[in-house]
Amino acid sequence: MTAVDERTEAPAGEVGKARRRKEDQRLITGRTRWTDNIVLPGMLHAAMVRSPFAHANIAGIDTEPAKQAPGVIAVLTGADVKDSQGAVANAWPITSDQKTPAHLPIVVDHVACAGDIVAVVVARTAAAARDAAELVDVDYEELPAVLDGKEAVEDKVLAHPDLGTNKSALWRLDSAEGGTGGNVDEEIDKARADGIVIEREYRQQRLIPSFMEPRSTVVDPTGEQVVVWTSTQVPHILRFLIAATTGMPESKVRVIAPDVGGGFGGKLQTTSEEFATLAAARHVGKPVKYTETRSESLVSGHHGRDQYQKLTLAATKDGTVTALKVDLIANLGAYVGVVGGGIPVLGAWMFNAIYKFKAYRFTVQTVLTNTTWVDAYRGAGRPEATYAIERLMDELAAEVGVDPLKIREKNWIKHEEFPFASVAGMTYDSGNYEAATARAKELFDYDGLRREQQERRDRKDPVQLGIGVSTFTEMCGLAPSRVLGSLNYGAGGWEHASIRMLATGKVEVITGTSPHGQGHETAWSQIAADRLGVPFEDIEVLHGDTQIAPRGLDTYGSRSLVVGGEAVVRAADKVVEKAKVVAAHLLEASADDLEFSGGRFTVKGTDKGIGITEIATAQFTSHNLPEGFESGIDADATFDPDNFSFPHGTHLCAMEVDTETGATRMRKYVCVDDVGQIINPLIVEGQVHGGLVQGIAQALWEEAVFDENGTLVTGSFVDYTLPTAADTITFVTENTTSLSTTNTLGTKGVGEAGTIASTPAVVNSVVDALRPWGIHDIQMPCTPERVWRAIQSAGKNQSDATTGAAQPHFDEAAPNQDASPGGAPDAGSPEKGAEQ
Amino acid sequence: MTRISVTVDGVGYTDEVEPRTLLVHYLRETLGKTGTVVGCDTSNCGACTVHLDGHSVKSCNVLAVQADGHEVTTIEGLAQGGELHPMQQAFHECHALQCGYCTPGMIMQAIDVLNDNPDPTEEEIRLGLEGNLCRCTGYHNIVRAVQKAAGATKAGAQS
Repeated sequence: MTAVDERTEAPAGEVGKARRRKEDQRLITGRTRWTDNIVLPGMLHAAMVRSPFAHANIAGIDTEPAKQAPGVIAVLTGADVKDSQGAVANAWPITSDQKTPAHLPIVVDHVACAGDIVAVVVARTAAAARDAAELVDVDYEELPAVLDGKEAVEDKVLAHPDLGTNKSALWRLDSAEGGTGGNVDEEIDKARADGIVIEREYRQQRLIPSFMEPRSTVVDPTGEQVVVWTSTQVPHILRFLIAATTGMPESKVRVIAPDVGGGFGGKLQTTSEEFATLAAARHVGKPVKYTETRSESLVSGHHGRDQYQKLTLAATKDGTVTALKVDLIANLGAYVGVVGGGIPVLGAWMFNAIYKFKAYRFTVQTVLTNTTWVDAYRGAGRPEATYAIERLMDELAAEVGVDPLKIREKNWIKHEEFPFASVAGMTYDSGNYEAATARAKELFDYDGLRREQQERRDRKDPVQLGIGVSTFTEMCGLAPSRVLGSLNYGAGGWEHASIRMLATGKVEVITGTSPHGQGHETAWSQIAADRLGVPFEDIEVLHGDTQIAPRGLDTYGSRSLVVGGEAVVRAADKVVEKAKVVAAHLLEASADDLEFSGGRFTVKGTDKGIGITEIATAQFTSHNLPEGFESGIDADATFDPDNFSFPHGTHLCAMEVDTETGATRMRKYVCVDDVGQIINPLIVEGQVHGGLVQGIAQALWEEAVFDENGTLVTGSFVDYTLPTAADTITFVTENTTSLSTTNTLGTKGVGEAGTIASTPAVVNSVVDALRPWGIHDIQMPCTPERVWRAIQSAGKNQSDATTGAAQPHFDEAAPNQDASPGGAPDAGSPEKGAEQ
Repeated sequence: MTRISVTVDGVGYTDEVEPRTLLVHYLRETLGKTGTVVGCDTSNCGACTVHLDGHSVKSCNVLAVQADGHEVTTIEGLAQGGELHPMQQAFHECHALQCGYCTPGMIMQAIDVLNDNPDPTEEEIRLGLEGNLCRCTGYHNIVRAVQKAAGATKAGAQS
């Protein structure tokens, strides 16, 4: 069903076609340009000396032994480059009184988390630099560390004593105050008197983005411009912030993001390592490379999530939701990152989700702790929101005693109600929750699996079946600059594209987005090919270099297609408009009589015509152009949408839970996502698959854990357990289409959808399996131990003596999922496993 | 320094290496075989997987001196005469890569899986790739690609 070779539909144009990616050829043959592959003449290597302590003052640093080590060229401390190293900036102070600690790339006298850089060693080889880093003797005066968000709120131990508090900012959105809905407290009081009130606290554990390419930076200071190659999602933002914080003229800085191996928000940052490498290269006047080890990456690259969520949902007795109150504590770690406190705020408009609440209030307290900083990770604020509301809707369904899909249907926005003004003040452009849900149920065999669940319950099967639901929406496509400005965000949300029509008939599309695995070269080629009528193969997409693509705001927040793709459309339309003038001249016709189709201008009612690439050649020679025509048909366009876009989808998960061991095994996962117009279904599927596994991983496996001293104990891939091929299953993915109304193509974002939707679907499935035990929550990640403990503390399965308990309950010969995606009675029938 | 002679992607090399040099660093830094990459420091991720005498190894887990007298194949030596290896072709066809960082190691491991077992079940493929991490694809299309390369007729047909 989801296999690419079974595609039968053949769209007329390029848009919608499952084009194989242009990017692949180099990547599958090893002809790659990762930053760490770059070697320059005279290049030196940097190693970072990092604090092992979570919180300490630096009493002194002895760099002499390191300076004497073989191959060492220089050792820099923060004091050496105090005034020139720049700063790691926060671009979104969410309130005017936000407490934002100074964040120096190489700290000078205060360490706020383990992994902080205290010195940089520059040597002839990476190994020599690493060896010498061990010789830098730092005299730390250890201070008490605050690690947990709830503890931080109490201000008993301070992460930054000079700030006087750990509280960074308190931010609130209230529907009554904003005029977008009623009074939350009144609605909750009403429900307490005569309705249903559900109060829960959920924990969003801390995650680590874990892009596969460790971060790397090469800085060459030997030319007129300093060139920075770096493994980043945001070359344009980095260039701006280098200039803004070091005082270097922006025109003297060129940033290049060459091949970048994944980001997931983890490379949406300007980092201490980038600034420290820049400082080192400028200091020694030679190119310098720094590449982190994985262990360094896990402790020093920013983390994601880490919230406590206190939630109150009010409803009438029949399960009609009325009010939602959200109180968050968001642990930002030691510093406020580039988006930082804005991440939980991005969830503020999404807790109400697809449901018609009358009243809503969202409050977040961001706090500083002596842990690794926390910033964007795939979904960024919206997975947290979606998790909370989708878990709560299951709780409400249980309370009312109806099917979780029924309670959702009762409360969601109907198809005919779009565009819909939400209680949080957003306008949802389009959607069809009914269609996506109907299709997902069909693919899943929802009714069949519910029957099986009941059978297992009835016969007290040690392996129970749970069914988890998530009917999510998200806002994506950062975004309208006006809205960002009103939120005190430090940049705009526009995106830029240029199209160059080359004399030989080839076309260059320059985009301000900066892909790192998303396939923009392929998708942008498809868009431009349709718009210009030139072959897909003749289009080259250029990006990720501030000198080649001087205007851009990069790639994050599922924005590239909906904002950057639309800029390509508009630039192409301008090219056609310009070319039309030349075509009319060359065809000796009025421009009004011309039609443009398939790359050719033709005179209506005649067989006269000329190709757009011929016009590109004509403007190159400029031998025969219209009087007064400025030679050239290239064009630029900047697009700034007037709204976000709101993709949605219905995700269904079937999970087997072994009630004797706590082990879980995913049987089936079906999702039907509505992401508007699909440019390339192959790429959309890939984004969904990868997103699903990251969301499933939060539900089941991943968690960044610090010990009581603030040492990251999940500091390597041995301990931070990314899912493998053996942990995951084949997914069933499909799409429904509600065109977005915010851009010409009708596209919505897809990069984060899978991650946002899947986590609650999975946890709901585990909890659903265990509802007969009275269990209504299991903290993420739902490891076998936690599931087992939940069952034990519920104390209801103690009486059943377990025969055959020593045997595995899952049939090891069976595939780890249902074989049929179409909903037919399946081969992986659970009875096989259950009756051992 | 120790002198080693290694055949890499069909070409013989003789070099002096520090005894502590890992094979992956020798490939990347001495030979410029940067198609093979490093993704972790604990031998968990498999991004550096190459073939040593026809069998997959994580080249961060082998010393360069251990490759002395042996034959190494990297991702750069797979395509022959301008023709992609069937596994490379299958990865392209099935969209089994996104950022592409794990891809060299994943392809080398996938070939090894099929060398051991030309007709694996989905489970056997998944277990065979367990030592190689990918953060982009969710493994779904990687498994499809290996099935395709193995000549599997249809996704999901095996059990």
